[in-house]
Amino acid sequence: MEQTFDWFGARGLAMRQSGEAREYAGAVSGMDGLELVLLSAGEIPRELAAGRIHIGVTGSDLLRDKLAEWQMQAQELAPMGFGHADLILAVPAVWIDVETIDDLDATAAAFRAAHGFRLRIATKYHRLVREYLTAQGVADYQLVDSQGATEGTVKNGTAEAIADITSSGETLRANHLKVLQDAVIHQSQATLYASLRADWAGLDGARAALLAKLGL
Amino acid sequence: MVSKTAIRLEADRLFTLFQAAGAQPVDADILLPAETLLDLYGEDIRARAYVTHDPVRGEMMLRPDFTVPVVQAHMQGGADPARYCYMGEVFRAQDHLADVSGARPPEYLQVGFEVFDRTAPEAADAEVFALIAGALDGLPLRAVTGDMGILLAAVQGLATTPARKAALLRHIWRPQRFLALLNRFAARSPAPPARVALLDRLARGDIAAQIADAAPMIGLRSAAEIAARAQALLQDAKTPPIPAQEAELLTSLLALAAPCDAALSQLQMMAQHMPSLDGATRRFAQRLIALRARGIDTARLPFEASLGRASMEYYDGFVFAFTGGADLPPYASGGRYDALTQVLGGGRSIPAVGGVIRPHLVAALRGAL
Repeated sequence: MEQTFDWFGARGLAMRQSGEAREYAGAVSGMDGLELVLLSAGEIPRELAAGRIHIGVTGSDLLRDKLAEWQMQAQELAPMGFGHADLILAVPAVWIDVETIDDLDATAAAFRAAHGFRLRIATKYHRLVREYLTAQGVADYQLVDSQGATEGTVKNGTAEAIADITSSGETLRANHLKVLQDAVIHQSQATLYASLRADWAGLDGARAALLAKLGL
Repeated sequence: MVSKTAIRLEADRLFTLFQAAGAQPVDADILLPAETLLDLYGEDIRARAYVTHDPVRGEMMLRPDFTVPVVQAHMQGGADPARYCYMGEVFRAQDHLADVSGARPPEYLQVGFEVFDRTAPEAADAEVFALIAGALDGLPLRAVTGDMGILLAAVQGLATTPARKAALLRHIWRPQRFLALLNRFAARSPAPPARVALLDRLARGDIAAQIADAAPMIGLRSAAEIAARAQALLQDAKTPPIPAQEAELLTSLLALAAPCDAALSQLQMMAQHMPSLDGATRRFAQRLIALRARGIDTARLPFEASLGRASMEYYDGFVFAFTGGADLPPYASGGRYDALTQVLGGGRSIPAVGGVIRPHLVAALRGAL
């Protein structure tokens, strides 16, 4: 939230939380007719798609994963230059025979033959990961849902590989995992979106003024 | 938009037609255990099917097609031979917001016909195709046929290792990866740098020692499995490339598209250089005779060798589709799926071929004519 406030502040729109620090209400100054809504980043895609907010800030990973055909529901206005993280595939570091997506695919075939079920990849980014693996022609895998502590799933025996956001890679190393060299599924960052589903009637002027203020 | 009543009438007409052709009507549950379907189709079906959770039965799926439950029911004690037909809703989640035509509804009727018969597979292929062609007679649709069995035979006949053939066969339904593999196995494209580096590292020392030194052992994949694949990679690196002539022949076979009779002549010529095609070519010729006996003009019926490669993985022989427009799903489609009966039959198997018609598309087309 602070980095978002800084980003808008640097462009002449001062944002602050109203009331005490724990209250999720906000105020914005520097332009009339704007209302600030504070929501968790994970809910922004849904609110944009429903048209209940006109403009939203969230990670591009979340928006693209949560919305089918996101380009028809939201317009990317600007990457905001913070919150960088890559969605990657990682396998046990002890897999000395696996470095690329190609190796993972071949390993999945052998794993399924040996164990009788598809190689499990733990993730919370189901759409992005599935679309990526389909495009790469990977077979014999299955996605298993993991909403947190995904790096621990391999050690705990609930997955063979993971697909997760990583910014530093330290958590992966601590959990004895390594990143596949050629499998960056998505490079995410905080992004400013406009809803294509919201009612913009009568707001053309306000929108133009806001975009001009933001230098877009 | 065509009314539900019109669609139901068209479905009833087709269902009656299939019964008149000697098929026994069967039904299937709408709510199916997800496990079998997911294991069979993989993640692609999860994206397209409605998956839900039952507190007792676990993950369940709204019926994405009839083939699996009909085959399962047959394998548990159907007559041999048997002919079945069915009519009912199937459910496919549509991840496209832009479907304004209404051609891809999430819930639609399917009317299908399946033949389980060991005696004369080519005759059964022709029977199913001719029945569906007759049901769609008079509509401006384009029929197209293919034969996955020819492609499978071509790959099996390549002069290379069983491991490389298995890798190619596994990806025959994923054309891009198949081509990448073929190019690499035929040394038409260089090994990727990451693979070269990996091979260098693996060749440097004892595999077991490398595994022990790499990192703590975690997960279900054992050290033995890791070592086995590492050895397989080293072995594969020493394998001579697939001869250029064979790779070229396979590439031109994949691109073969011609009327059936002309395609047969070309296949016969290819089989002279690739004897593994003999059996599949003979079966293809047999099928053309059976199709002509049912009044199909094989001099004009299109054949495309690659048809079926982009569809469901279970077709392994004759395939066909009736299409009406580039942006529309096929009005009818089907094919032979002998291997599927083995997967679902717990060791037993029976040659099987079938097809479905989508009455909502047919009714819409009739309404527009």
